[in-house]
Order: sequence, then C-alpha cells, then structure tokens
Amino acid sequence: MIKVLKPGLATSVQDLGREGYYHLGIPPSGALDQYALSAANQLVGNPAGLAGLECTLLGPELEFQQDALVAVSGAHMTPRVDGVEMHHDTAFTVKAGQVLRFDFPKAGARAYVAVAGGIDVPVVLNSRSTYALGALGGFQGRRLIAGDELPVGVASGKSRAGASLPMTLRQSLGGEITLRVVPGLYYHRLTESAAKSFFAEPWTVGSEADRIGYRFKGGSALSFQPREQPFGAGSDPSNIVDSCYPIGSIQVPAGLEPIVLHRDAVSGGGYAMIGTVISADLDLIGQMQPNQKARFVAVTLEEALEARRTYKKKLSCLSKLFPS
Amino acid sequence: MSTPIRYSFGADEHLFAEVSDSMSLDAFFKGLAVTRAVERLALDGVLDICLANASFQIRFDPDRIAPHTLLEAVKTAEAGAVAERTLQTRIIEIPVLYNDPWTHETLMRFRDRHQDPSATDLEYAARINGLADVDAFIAAHSGAPWFVSMVGFVAGLPFMFQMVERERQLQVPKYLRPRTDTPKLTLGHGGCFGCIYSVRGAGGYQMFGVTPAPIYDPQQNLAYLKDHMVFFRPGDIVQFKPMDREAYDHAVAEVDAGCFDLRIRPVEFSLDAFLADPVGYPKSLQEVLA
Repeated sequence: MIKVLKPGLATSVQDLGREGYYHLGIPPSGALDQYALSAANQLVGNPAGLAGLECTLLGPELEFQQDALVAVSGAHMTPRVDGVEMHHDTAFTVKAGQVLRFDFPKAGARAYVAVAGGIDVPVVLNSRSTYALGALGGFQGRRLIAGDELPVGVASGKSRAGASLPMTLRQSLGGEITLRVVPGLYYHRLTESAAKSFFAEPWTVGSEADRIGYRFKGGSALSFQPREQPFGAGSDPSNIVDSCYPIGSIQVPAGLEPIVLHRDAVSGGGYAMIGTVISADLDLIGQMQPNQKARFVAVTLEEALEARRTYKKKLSCLSKLFPS
Repeated sequence: MSTPIRYSFGADEHLFAEVSDSMSLDAFFKGLAVTRAVERLALDGVLDICLANASFQIRFDPDRIAPHTLLEAVKTAEAGAVAERTLQTRIIEIPVLYNDPWTHETLMRFRDRHQDPSATDLEYAARINGLADVDAFIAAHSGAPWFVSMVGFVAGLPFMFQMVERERQLQVPKYLRPRTDTPKLTLGHGGCFGCIYSVRGAGGYQMFGVTPAPIYDPQQNLAYLKDHMVFFRPGDIVQFKPMDREAYDHAVAEVDAGCFDLRIRPVEFSLDAFLADPVGYPKSLQEVLA
C-alpha cells in the first residue's frame, strides 16, 4: 500500500486509457503524456501500460507502507525520498515507512510516478484510468485525497534501482511549443483572415487548462463566415448542429479563445472545430503550464502520419531497452 | 440518400462525417444506416464508431488501418447502405419535476450569463417560442415524444429531438456564456435539442426541470442499469411525464433504496409514418406506454 499524506493539486491514477466507449460519451482518459508514463513504467520493469500516478503542477506526498521500486518521468519535479534528492527518469528504491515528495516543476506540468507492479485499482471498462467527470475508474472514480491507500500490484523483478533513460530518449520540455494541426472539420467556416491569423499569431495557455481541454488566449478573435444558420445549429456563427469532437480537436466558442480537447474530452457539442492537433503532439499539450507560449502549425495528414511513425519509433526504442 | 456525406479527417486518428449541416430525422437515419454498415464490416483498427445527430465520427488506429483505406471502406458502405425507414426500439417514460427548486437556484446564480436576466429559463423559453406562459411551454415540452439522436458530451447524456412538425419545434439559444454548474439530471435545452444532464457539471443549455431517474451510474445499482452503466442509446424514444414534488420525493427515496424502475416498452418507429402524420403518429407511440 501507498498512503496519500497530501494529494497535491490534481493527482489521479492513469494508465494508457480506454477505447471503445467514446460513442457513449466516455472519453479515452489515460495519461495526457503517454510517453512519460510508458517511460516511467518501463524503468521499474512494468509493461508500458500499467497504472501510475499523474501529478499535476504540485506533487503529492506519499508514504510507502512497503518497499518499492519507483521512477518519475514527465515534468521536471525533483522527487525526494525523506528529503533526499532522487534522479528524474531513473529507477530508485523507496523503503517501507519512507515518504516521497516533489519539488515545484522546473519544466512541464505533469509528472508520472510508476511503481513496480503498478497501482492495482480495479479495471473498469478495460482500464484503470480515472475519468473524474463520470466518477469512473481509477481510485474510487476521483482524484486522490489525503488518507487514500493505494494498492500496489506484484512487481516483475525485471528492473533494479539505477536503471535510467539514455539522454536521447528523454523529453525536452518548456519554452515555446509548436503544435502541429491538420486543418479540417469546419475549417472552411473561418474567414480567410481568421484562418491566416490563427496560424500566424502566438498564443498562450490560459488558466482554464485541464484534462478535458486546454484554452488558449492572446491571439486575435477568429471570425466565421456569415451565413443563415442551418436548422438546429443555434444562432452564433460558431455554432453547428451538435456533433462528435475528435480528441485534439480545436473549437473556438464565439470565435474568442481556441480550446484544444484532450483525453478527458467532452465527446461532442455544438461548436465548430477548425482542425485537430496531431496524435504525436498531444503529449506536449499535457506538459504545458498556464502562460506558456504556443504556435499552431498547419500540416497535412501525410505529415501527421510521418510524425506518428517517428513518435512510435521512440516508444519502441524504450521497450527494446527495457524488455518486460 | 440525396446529398453525399462530407468527410474530413480529424488529424490521424479520426474520420469525421457530416451527413447534413442542418438537423432532421432523415439525416439521423442516414447516419444510423451508414454507421451500422461500417460496424458490420468489423474493420481491424476501428476503435469507436460515434453517431451524432446529423453526423458521425470514427476513431481509428492508423497503425492498423490506413486513413484512406478506412475512408474508401466507409464511402463504399455509404453507397451500399439503404437507410432503414423503420427502427425496432423502445419508448421510455421519464418523470420530470418541471420548475424545480434546484435548477431555479442554479439559474438565479448564473443570471448574468443569460439573455434575459429578469426572467427564468422557462419564462424566457415560453416567450420566445410564442407560448402564453410556463404551463403552456411545459404542455408542449411533455406533449409529444422525443427521439434520442446522440449520446455524449459527458457520459450517457442523451440529445433529443422532439417528434413534432418543424414549425412546432421548441428552439432556444444556449446561455451567453456557459455555466460552471448544472444540477445532475437537469432537463436542458439548446438549439432544437433537449437533453438530460447525466452528471453534475458545466453546461450551456437552458434549464427546465429535473428527473429523479438516474441515467448513468458506474455502480449500476438500479435494475434498468444492470446491462450497462449508460442507459440511453441513439434511437431510443422518450416521453416526459410531469410530476409534482411529492411524487418526486417518493421517487428519489425509491432510487436511494435501489427499487426505482422506469416504464419501458418495445416499439417500432416508422419514419415514413411520422413524416406522413407528425401529429397523429406520435400519439400512437404514446399509447404503447399506457
């Protein structure tokens, strides 16, 4: 067991998510930074998809009630065991009775804590991921709170303290982020000048940025082409007849602030989407802090697929280094 | 099957398909036919087929199926799909406490985000739909059944389209700015769509009342939620039945005790019969519940 002394700002149990229920409004959920969770898991000898903890901006305080092999990847929030600094992206041992804490993030927004054996909460709809809005999965369907006791699964014994990611497989975080977007969906509804300014201007992450979606501000308002609204769509030019929302899709309610939906997305609604962030760049969004700068760059579907191949290659390097 | 579907990729993991840019049951039935045809193909790499009011979306794994291979398969399914004009479905009676104290408290709290801060959502909706008063609006809202044309937004939330002629469709705008709170099981309305908020949370639809009937429950405590934690499916038909506070409190006690149940009957829906007689045909559906 691991006892939660302090929960941190928003800590939840996540694996790589659940597929197949989005048509009922239940989103994939899972780690926003899938690469970081996969890396942390493999450092402790777990398969990439076991459940770990996603810790947002302010880390939790965790008291271990058993010896455990632990690794932290993702946001640079230095882990400390009874105050002693541990290396990031490196497996370390925590003894029964010791307390794991985290420094404030130097870069990134979400650290992933993997424990050998994984966090052993019940599997709900094929996943251990938390979908808090639906009170589903994870630890009692919610973020962690003080006093929670997390069960740990059986460790594979395939790794040891000191196992570390080579520099080539570590993520660089922070600075201005470039998010690649395939324009489409209702992109044609934008005026020519709005379509241009969306990609030309810098944006910053707003304060409303969470697992459901990230809101961006600072760019010019985006105007939609005037039209007589179709029946059922609603009166604002940014409205459409309520439809499905892709994960990563960008909507602009009233043309004001773009919102990029993430893995806890609302599955549909009535705001026109102007494009979709490519799958290879979704991890980057989960590591963005409020006020961080971003630019959107238009790419083709073929370029999105090429970027995905590069991303998958990096994931497969991980699993070759740490066969589980 | 007149206008061809408009397809667009939502980057490398989604194929989006707009059947029509305006809402109609014809558009819904066409989307239903094509998505069912794609389901029958059982394509490897297709993760989720999501049907919406007048559109649909396929979430896929491009490592297992190339986007353009999927697009071609869906277009072929579209060409071959014959929109079924009848649907074997069920009609469900949903009891509603209209004008309840909880949505009233919430709508007062968010009055600054509303088009008409001096009226309630029901008063506003009655006025802009040309109805005499709130009672007349409730009579219209509960007077004809509704067709579930999409499930989503949040887990298990049904979007519903009322079975009346287009000129009698109730239409209201969404709040000027979305609320950060909506009581769970609120009856909402935005554009031409009704909904039931399955969980508490943010929302932009006008609020008219609450139902005591849970429609999403991961614990699956009630009999009608044993098969699945999500109750509604596209194609379900809903008939609202006004209830008073006493009946509402009684129903909530039954929910808490785990013995609450819904009146659910199998029914066949015929699109052509509805289009031929949009006033009389829905009445024949209501009779199934009697």
